[in-house]
Amino acid sequence: MCLGIPGKIVEITGEGITRTGKVDFDGIVKEVNLAYVPEAQVGDYTIVHVGFAITRLDEEAALATLAHLQEIEAVEVELDPDAALAAEEAIATGDS
Amino acid sequence: MKYLDEFRDPDLALQLIDEIAAITTRHHVLMEVCGGQTHSIIRNGIDRLLPDDIEMVHGPGCPVCVTPLETIDKALEIASRDGVIFCSFGDMLRVPGSGRDLFSVKSAGGDVRIVYSPLDAVQIAKDNPDREVVFFGIGFETTAPANAMAVYQAEQEGLTNFSMLVSHVLVPPAMRAILDSPTNRVEAFLAAGHVCSVMGFEEYLPIVEEYGTPIVVTGFEPIDLLRGIKAAVLQLEEGRAEVENAYERAVTREGNLPAQQMIDDVFGTIDRNWRGIGAIPQSGWALSERFQTFDAAERFTVTGIDTVESPLCRAGEVLRGTLKPDQCPAFGKECTPRTPLGATMVSAEGACAAYYLYGRFREMEAKP
Ligand code: SF4
Repeated sequence: MCLGIPGKIVEITGEGITRTGKVDFDGIVKEVNLAYVPEAQVGDYTIVHVGFAITRLDEEAALATLAHLQEIEAVEVELDPDAALAAEEAIATGDS
Repeated sequence: MKYLDEFRDPDLALQLIDEIAAITTRHHVLMEVCGGQTHSIIRNGIDRLLPDDIEMVHGPGCPVCVTPLETIDKALEIASRDGVIFCSFGDMLRVPGSGRDLFSVKSAGGDVRIVYSPLDAVQIAKDNPDREVVFFGIGFETTAPANAMAVYQAEQEGLTNFSMLVSHVLVPPAMRAILDSPTNRVEAFLAAGHVCSVMGFEEYLPIVEEYGTPIVVTGFEPIDLLRGIKAAVLQLEEGRAEVENAYERAVTREGNLPAQQMIDDVFGTIDRNWRGIGAIPQSGWALSERFQTFDAAERFTVTGIDTVESPLCRAGEVLRGTLKPDQCPAFGKECTPRTPLGATMVSAEGACAAYYLYGRFREMEAKP
């Protein structure tokens, strides 16, 4: 029950403790209580736990993280090709 | 930006693994507290891709696993009663009580229903005014805003046939209990990202200060986990101990204030027993005085509970990070997800289940 994955808010209705919306998880749309993310708007991504959005995902922060990582990636690395392939496969098979 | 693929990029992951290897000069033991992170680490093989000197041990952050046996037995007793509709999250159904589980109560004719959200249970109570509807409100700080809101809404709507069997647990006291244990090996924690989405991370500052143990707030995708691990290793290598946030897109320092307000209104902090671990002071939430009438433990008098754990199960050691699931002699033999001896083999967040699900058996561990 603790596995929250990001979904996109596609509709918002109601207000206060019954602020509710539809959240699209890559094609699966669920009804979600949005009372705890009053700042979240349609189009925002949010993390949902047991039917409640608990945080709005901060796009700026996400982009900053990725930019920082890619900057480091630009530095050439030497990798054993076999190990690299195995590692890549192991990670690529990950799902949610 | 979909916040998933970007944080599963294999090239970035390899890059991070390489960087971690480059900064590692000695053995370090890191604990990911959260069972969701345990599953992500095992599923993606992250523990095997890391340098041999980085040892990941799995923590107690599996709500289903630490819910006390007495509470499970109480739930089973209440769920068996006529006139009761017992609602629960799905992964609670196969958790072994003393001799049976909610699933077997359901097979024997009990009205046990799986709900996705606690608000579904409130709706069921509205739809069935002549029945008592009980929701099994378990979890860490992540599910507390939802469970608190369900009770709050039931009060607002004047529902008299809704109650909650509450068994909430908290991360920071569990970290202290682990660090206080004489057998502790944990040198740094990855803090559960979504717990911090709710609570922020200020409550970890005193722990870091007192114990000198680094704590890094970490997300759930491979890139998130590797960033958290790298930050923790760097602190250990440099002899620093700080609270760091490596999950910036979902966690702020102060957390979710409206959610904390609701939790404050509906719950109060109490001592709590953790299954397999024992009592931890001030480590749980129960309904506050104002909401006492919604407490299922008060509404239904349950007596004569005599708890019996499987003598083979060593889940307590697994939850404290002192035993890996595949080191338990019953793992994959007497104990499988179909015939679980402990809750850690059932839950989607249990470490034993993760090892079983992703084929981590001793005989397969042999390196070529
Ligand atoms: S493998 Fe089964 S018996 Fe062993 S600790 Fe895990 S749940 Fe308990």
